[in-house]
Amino acid sequence: MSLRRPAKNQPETFEFSSSSMEEANKIVLKYPKGKQQSAVMALLYIAQKQNDNWIPLAAMKYIAKFLDMPYIKVYEVATFYTMYNLSPVGKYFVQVCTTTPCMIRGANKLVEACKEKISDKENELSNDKSCSWMEVECLGACVNAPMMQINDNYYEDLDKEKTIEIFNKILKGEDPKPGSYRGRLNTEPENNRKTLMDVKNA
Amino acid sequence: MLKDQDRIFKNLYNDMGVDVKSAQKRGDWVNTSELTAKGRDWIINEIKDSQLRGRGGAGFPTGLKWSFAPKEVGSRPHYLVINADESEPGTCKDRDILRFEPHKLIEGCLIASYAVQAHACYIYIRGEYFIEGQKLQSAIDDAYEKNLIGKNAAGTGWDLDIYIHYGAGAYICGEETALLESIEGKKGQPRLKPPFPALIGLYGCPTIINNVETIAVVPTILRRGGKWFSSLGREKNTGTKIFCISGNVNNPCNVEEEMNIPLKELIEVHAGGVVGGWENLQAVIPGGSSMPLIPKEKCETLTMDFDSLMAEKSGLGTAGIVVINKDQDIIKCMARIARFYKHESCGQCTPCREGSGWMWRMLERMAKGEATKDEVDMLGDVTNQIAGHTICAFGEGSSWPVQGLLRHFKREIVERNNLDPIVQKKNNIPYLVDQHLLDKKNA
Repeated sequence: MSLRRPAKNQPETFEFSSSSMEEANKIVLKYPKGKQQSAVMALLYIAQKQNDNWIPLAAMKYIAKFLDMPYIKVYEVATFYTMYNLSPVGKYFVQVCTTTPCMIRGANKLVEACKEKISDKENELSNDKSCSWMEVECLGACVNAPMMQINDNYYEDLDKEKTIEIFNKILKGEDPKPGSYRGRLNTEPENNRKTLMDVKNA
Repeated sequence: MLKDQDRIFKNLYNDMGVDVKSAQKRGDWVNTSELTAKGRDWIINEIKDSQLRGRGGAGFPTGLKWSFAPKEVGSRPHYLVINADESEPGTCKDRDILRFEPHKLIEGCLIASYAVQAHACYIYIRGEYFIEGQKLQSAIDDAYEKNLIGKNAAGTGWDLDIYIHYGAGAYICGEETALLESIEGKKGQPRLKPPFPALIGLYGCPTIINNVETIAVVPTILRRGGKWFSSLGREKNTGTKIFCISGNVNNPCNVEEEMNIPLKELIEVHAGGVVGGWENLQAVIPGGSSMPLIPKEKCETLTMDFDSLMAEKSGLGTAGIVVINKDQDIIKCMARIARFYKHESCGQCTPCREGSGWMWRMLERMAKGEATKDEVDMLGDVTNQIAGHTICAFGEGSSWPVQGLLRHFKREIVERNNLDPIVQKKNNIPYLVDQHLLDKKNA
């Protein structure tokens, strides 16, 4: 299991904005009547998005009331799943995959790049407070290893130089293009395709 | 090599676009209502004839699973749940289906829902695949607009609603009962079986859970016939499968191939060979991280299907092949996998929660050569204490890779770790709890 602690400095209150409220009401409708507890995961995402990518305890209490369920149940969910950030992260939240398939293709170089450009330690904000990074477990893009995720996007087929290029861009506040950084098409074998040749470039 | 016309996922690399029109050109949604008009029993029998086995890892026969759903809908509605919580290291096949072949999946959902009499279908996508989920959502919206799902979906007379539920980074939610817990808005901790989900599943209702790839191949099987599907591969290991070849190969890729294809052909032909040549191969993990690795000697002749890998004391799992060459430290690779399992254990059963951490720490030390001689056997003992003593298969999944390492690379571990277990006064052993006693003069 992973160790997860809520942040020390917590805001006093939390409330859904009107757009979050609209979204939340839509999500509750996806589940059968009386089973609104199912929406808790999606609502935590909404709260996280609204609150600069992290979830304060006040938001958990708010969601518990919203879904008419005990606060502890929301707390359990928020601390169980690792994608809910319980303390503040950067506006650009970098997650580097270092599980074996990425590791043997040089994910440690990406970690080096993070340490050089963002911060020495994981989960620490960069000097300009815009980025933070962490190592994560398999992100499920193993044939495009090594790779990392910045906010929602995947950046694939990286090496140290390309990673530093990407970081230079985000530190300037630009959004770099997601996808493969060796220019290959998705998950096809690079320059070695033997299948589905008649539809290639169709 | 499999002929292109026998490939099911023609848009695996997104050469042709994902919208409804281009999907229809590839044969999706063409005569869906004719297929369902032949009746539930015909669909289930055709799937049984095709000998399709679940593509999510366990390889359970799909037709049989569907036949477990109650024949008559009682007071509780039936549900279909699609498992798209693809988190097994080495596996990235479902991601391509979600983003490039969504209509195969959606049509499969309709047919499967009809077969098991479900009116609601939940697709559980791992949270990291947010972009893929959005692409699937837009395909679902398209399908609603064209009346392919919804009321009287695609003219079949069946009503179906499809909803996406995002996970949030928990590997264990790929286990079917943990996935159901997660959809119900709880921690993803697996349930005891029985009762099986086919009778008591989501919200206590009969629920059929299938992997993305399993459901996505169903429409093509019904169109071309179970006989066609079972003519590929070999008895009980039929059809095609998307293999993900990652690690130390020249061209890592996803490729759809026939079952029972030689491993060497996959690596040499499709993935461009091992980095440093075939001679530089050390070991292969054949089916995602939880399957025991296979050393080079056996890779020469190995064929990739459920039963032949089982005979090698490994498994096809999700068909995520991780190639490890001799430049890598095999103990370190396995230590990293052990760290993955330590991180992802849900914490419900003690053997797994504690044991996964023990295995990780022991392997980390073994990689550095800091373990004692007798710890090698102790590690094997720990794996046996975990496997088979937990609620779900995570216990096996976390201990099998370590057992595979011990089975094939014990010599490497023993050579590197020859510390004498009898504590000498001057040894500085950082993990020894009573180190301070040794430091005392008269200890």
